[in-house]
Amino acid sequence: MADQRVLLSALVAAGLATAPPLQAETHFEMSGKVAAELRGFTQDAQFADQDHNSNLSLIAEPEFYWEWNEGIDSLTFTPYLRMDENDSERTHGDIRELSWVHVDDDWELRTGIRKVFWGVTEFQHLVDVINQTDGVDDFDGEDKLGQPMINLSLVRDWGIVDLFVLPGFRERTFAGREGRLRGGLIVDTDAAEYESSAEDKHIDTAIRWSHTVGDFDLGAYWFHGTNRDPELQVRTQGGNTVLVPRYVQMDQIGFDLQATLDSWLWKVETIWRDTATEDYFAAQGGFEYTFYGIQESAADLGVLLEYGWDERGENAAASIQNDLFFGGRITLNDAASTEMLAGVGYDLEYDSQSLIVEASRRYGDNWKVSVDGRFFSADDPADPASAFDKDDHIQLTVERYF
Amino acid sequence: MNLLTNPFKSLLIATLVATPVAALAETPEEKGLSISVAAKQSDLGWLDMQAQMNMVLRNKQGQESVREIRMKSLEVEDDGDKSLSVFDKPRDVKGTAFLSFSHPVGADDQWLYLPALKRVKRIASRNKSGPFMGSEFAYEDLSSFEVEKYTYKFLRDEACEGGTCYVVEQYPVDKNSGYTRRVVWLDHDEYRVWKIDFYDRKDAPLKTLTYHGYSEYLGKHWRPDMMKMVNHQTGKSTDLSYNSYEFKTGLTDKDFNKNTLKRAR
Repeated sequence: MADQRVLLSALVAAGLATAPPLQAETHFEMSGKVAAELRGFTQDAQFADQDHNSNLSLIAEPEFYWEWNEGIDSLTFTPYLRMDENDSERTHGDIRELSWVHVDDDWELRTGIRKVFWGVTEFQHLVDVINQTDGVDDFDGEDKLGQPMINLSLVRDWGIVDLFVLPGFRERTFAGREGRLRGGLIVDTDAAEYESSAEDKHIDTAIRWSHTVGDFDLGAYWFHGTNRDPELQVRTQGGNTVLVPRYVQMDQIGFDLQATLDSWLWKVETIWRDTATEDYFAAQGGFEYTFYGIQESAADLGVLLEYGWDERGENAAASIQNDLFFGGRITLNDAASTEMLAGVGYDLEYDSQSLIVEASRRYGDNWKVSVDGRFFSADDPADPASAFDKDDHIQLTVERYF
Repeated sequence: MNLLTNPFKSLLIATLVATPVAALAETPEEKGLSISVAAKQSDLGWLDMQAQMNMVLRNKQGQESVREIRMKSLEVEDDGDKSLSVFDKPRDVKGTAFLSFSHPVGADDQWLYLPALKRVKRIASRNKSGPFMGSEFAYEDLSSFEVEKYTYKFLRDEACEGGTCYVVEQYPVDKNSGYTRRVVWLDHDEYRVWKIDFYDRKDAPLKTLTYHGYSEYLGKHWRPDMMKMVNHQTGKSTDLSYNSYEFKTGLTDKDFNKNTLKRAR
């Protein structure tokens, strides 16, 4: 990884050198946030060494931004740091972004470490494949590690085409021995294995087309390279049984579509993934319907229903193979931007459930407070979700923006 | 309810503008329409515009909350405007950006960019009556004025800050509007709007918007530097001030797509 970072830094530096300021005026901006996150677990832990029922984490994520040539060139640097009270694996740093963007009339070139999001659904992000999940940050998979890339984006009348060269692979992060919200076996991230002899230096490629046609927003892509989802293999190391992540090569075709019709959002994402040992389809689809101005107030109520399916069924390493999700979102549309969200997931294969509730609002101009609750019920030991069965928790997050 | 379909629109505008308003025995409805058409016509040709918007939200107790937004918009011939807005404050939504392709009739196309997730979301635009960022301005209050959005009735002439004003009642065509009607004061000289009274779905007085500090740009485009909205039912108010107006800066269609939305800041 270090080599790749050096390579990318060199690329960014080379790019910057070829883009000398037309005028000396450089605009600089700093922003970002610091946050404190307190978790309280409602039950004692399931596994050895997880001997805590409360956990404090401190997070800093500043963003530095430079712009010159009247915005034609810009550089963004977003380091990230988390300090965790109990889990040494969760204490970690990352470069979320260090990238140079050059904009021309109908194309732009984005070089460096970046984050890219693809997709439309809410409960699972199936087609979102460019960035690795930062698994220790949160268990919902929405936090991502910065990915080194060269991305040329072309704007045409018939859509936007993005070409990616991805030099260097990021390994997924996993909770350590002392961390909660993990499986019974520790994942030894230091022992990661690769199918490709290039290991984490394999150069991945991707091409994506996306377009808007009337009420429809659609996208399709082909990804060739290292599968971001590792296969976890049971190994014995010095008398201890551990899991070793193995990253294989894959080709993946993905498609996403959203139809925005009056108060309805209809969404579908589907992938076809081909590796040396298997090929399969998976899909996530559903709708979101919003009731505006409920009870003659300014508040909106959104109702969400999604279904996730994986052709491999119970054999799937994925936790979503035949799962139904139901959600409700209340937005007060008040000055404090108060929001509440509740989501229930049913695994129809294993008959397990999860409940997630989130509420947030702003205090003053620069503070935001969120309360999240996550509750699991998974009794079948064959169900990957059973590892979280004793990890019900309530999380209080206080963020200060600057 | 499409009053002016596009092929006939320019013809109708030409006829109305060419005909002296007083020369015909018009009904109040016809007069209301012709004033509105002339008002729209008088401001055509601004091409593109950039400005900084600041909002101060005040609740009944006088507590204030600030919004800072930078916006770009593009005039589109025979259609609604395109606009791109970026939030600077409050800080927790800094970098959030909003792209809108408005249409005189039917739903607008709208996308939201969420910088924390780097996610672009197409959003439903049906919510015209909802508050914009917790302010007293509804989304429909901030969208561009298009003749087709209302039917009209001229009420009377009345003295106003801009001299003598036409007082015109406007009835929203869109069933999702939060209003039964708006009463608008426009001056005779330049068709500048000085005041709007809004009536809610039960036809009770809801809000009053007043316009302040007009300046003329490029010899014909009048813009206020302040708009004050007062909600009579809640006692809350929002001051919306504009500064750094720039016209004809050379923006084109290419400045309004999902790529520009993602890097708007």
